This record gives sequence, structure tokens and C-alpha cells, in this order.
Amino acid sequence: MTTLTFIKPDGEKTTVEATNGATVMEVAKENDMPMLAACGGSLACATCHVIVDEAWYEKSGEVCEAEEDLLDTAHGLTNTSRLCCQMKVSDDVDGMVMTLPPMG
Amino acid sequence: MSEVHTTDVAIIGAGPIGLFSVFQCGMLKMSCHVIDALPATGGQCTALYPEKPLFDIPAAPGINAVDLIERLEKQIEPFKPVIHLNQQVTELEKIDEHWYLSTSSGLKIQAKAVIIAAGTGAFGPNKPPLDSIEQFEGNSVHYMVQKREDFRGQRIVIAGGGDSAVDWALSLADVAAEVYVIHRRDRFRAIPESVAQMKALADEGKIELVIPYQLASLEGEGDKLKTVVVKTLDGDERRIEADHLLSFFGLATKLGPINDWGLDILNGVIKVEPSTCATNIEGIFAVGDIADYPHKLKLILSGFSEAAQAAHAAYLIVNPGQALNFEHSTTSGVPTL
Repeated sequence: MTTLTFIKPDGEKTTVEATNGATVMEVAKENDMPMLAACGGSLACATCHVIVDEAWYEKSGEVCEAEEDLLDTAHGLTNTSRLCCQMKVSDDVDGMVMTLPPMG
Repeated sequence: MSEVHTTDVAIIGAGPIGLFSVFQCGMLKMSCHVIDALPATGGQCTALYPEKPLFDIPAAPGINAVDLIERLEKQIEPFKPVIHLNQQVTELEKIDEHWYLSTSSGLKIQAKAVIIAAGTGAFGPNKPPLDSIEQFEGNSVHYMVQKREDFRGQRIVIAGGGDSAVDWALSLADVAAEVYVIHRRDRFRAIPESVAQMKALADEGKIELVIPYQLASLEGEGDKLKTVVVKTLDGDERRIEADHLLSFFGLATKLGPINDWGLDILNGVIKVEPSTCATNIEGIFAVGDIADYPHKLKLILSGFSEAAQAAHAAYLIVNPGQALNFEHSTTSGVPTL
């Protein structure tokens, strides 16, 4: 089983089990993380923005142009910002740590 | 002064599920008023993906989102719903047996039942989360431009990388004293010709592209902006003296006042009993993306079904003591209200 760690805006850390093949957004929602994910993963908003821990960013996968475009509308961007609906759970990201920005 | 509209059911949200709730209520001879924050019906279908085809609407393969909305509007026409656009429901209270809704435009509606079909909340500008931004709204910070002339001779900072940012940079270059465009990267999501024009203006020194910077903070006095502080991801800071900030980050949704009505809400969705879509408050139902129950599928398809469940359950509240004859539309036809 792969595990992922989310750090909530208030600093609370939650480590959850995730099934390979799911998107990180699906895992976050299943575990009631404070995240809107308004469009449900259809690349139409930026409300599943997460900040990937620098050590894990390279492993989080390629960022496509459409994701970059939507990241333009997210706030508080960093060099390791991702839309987590575009990240797949796999053995490669076992242990990945992400910070959730405030829901706004 | 403000008259109070009366109706059987008040529906919050004019997206596909709000509109279809009108149909389901209408089939049970219940009248409806619908309220939506956007200037047009359709909710996310209109605001986020109007030209995208939907493939999972039964018997309407590959239908464009705007066409779906148009067809739903036609379907509910016989029930003469009253649709109030461009306003958000700000208050909901129960007095005796009736619900009273107040909107941001001062409208008042009295209803026997309420169906919340608000999706992920009311659409509004996607505001940058800067501490003091609200202090400057109305005078120095703008999310849309009405009159270009208002900015003649002014120093303007435009933030964003989409069509609005590019179009207004082009338009204001002639009238404003100074125009700065703040964007996090070199690529803009806009018509290539417009982007090329903007870059040409920058080369001529008529505007300045401040790239790769993001808004960091705003400084000023009262509602008058003085300085826009921007930063790169590496922490390099620049201070730009400016009179106005035009913030163009598209739309965002907010539940807003819905949070304050005592509903059972977690992470932006309302818990309902799936067989009736009843919320924890009697007389208030929730349908569509905003309604949550175990194994919920956030599909328009599910929302349509939820609208039917909610309408049948609402009937018993709108018409207490009256029998509800279950009829197929092939038998009843489309009743007139």
C-alpha cells in the first residue's frame, strides 16, 4: 500500500493509505482533506492546488500545458505547486508529502 | 419598497440541476423562483466549460454544455419559473411556516420549501488572498472594468495571464499613464495576436511586463492604493507605485452565506438523506454537486435524479395533508401552472 502525507493549512499532518492508480485529489477527498476540487478533476479549475514537498516534486510527474494554464489562476504559487487531480498514486510517490493551501 | 415574492419552492442555483428541479416541481404543480449569482443561467456549464461536449447525458450524446442548458430552459418553460440572476441569497430564515430568502440585490422571496442546487457555491471573482485587498475594493482594486475612461492618466497594475489581462493591457495602454502587467511566467493564455501586440507595446516602452512575479501585498491609505508589492518565487521583491490594481484571475466559487444556515456541511458539501435529498433542516433540500451522501457521484445525471427525489419529498411539505399521486409524464402530460 502506498502512503501519502497531507499537511493541512493549520499545520496538522495526516498520513493516509492510497490505492495505486487513483489520483491524489481522489485520495484527498476520500480522506476529507480541506480541499474544494470544484471541477472534479476535469482540468477546469485550480481548487485542488497543493504544494509538493521539494524532495518529491521531480517524482510527481510531468506538468502539462493545460495544468500550467490553470495554475495561473491559483494563488500562493511555489516552484513545486501542482494540481493534485493531475498526479497519479504509484509506488514512485510512496511517502510523498504535500501541503494544502488555505481553501480561500 | 421591496415587495415579497411568494412561491411554493425557492431554488438556489440556476445550473442544470437547479433548472431541472423546476421541472420536477412543476410536474407536481409546485411553482418555483430560482436565484443565481451569475448573470446567466447554467452555473458551471456556462461559466467554466460552455463549449465542451458532455457525453454522459442520457439520449443526448456529445451535447455542448450551453446547448444542454438551452434545452433545460425550454423544458421548464411551461412552468413559468421566475429566475432572478446576478444576485446571491444572503439570508434564509424561517418565520412561522414559511421560509424567507433575501438576496444581495434586496429581493425577498417567501417559500414553503427550499431546494439548494448551488454546486460548489456562488461564482464571483477569484480574489488573490491578500490581507488588505477588501479595503481597496470599490476604489482602487477592480475585478472587472466598466469604463476605460475611468483610468485615463492613472497608473495601472494588471495582474493575471489570461484574455482579460491581455485585452485590458492593450486597451489601457493608450489612456493610462503607466500600465504594468504582473504575471508568473512568460506564457499568456490569450489569443496569440493579442499577446504579440502586448509584447510589441512592451518593446516600445508603452507598458511594462513584470515577469515572473506574483502579487505579494498592497499598501495604501483608506481605499486609496499607493503601492503594489510583487515577488518572484525566489523572493526578489519589487515595489510598484500605482493608483489601481486590475485583478484578473477568473472566477471562483464560495459557499458564503450557506455556511451560516445551520446545515450539516463538511468541506463545502451538504449532508443529505439520499432517498429524499432532505438536509438536517426540515423543509430545506440539497441536490446536485452540493449534496453529499455515501458513494455520491458528482454527475449531472445523479443531480437530475436527486431533483426528482427532492421534489417529491418537498411536495409533502408544500401540500401538507394532500395525497401525492405518483404519475408518469406519459399519463399526466405537462401540467400547466
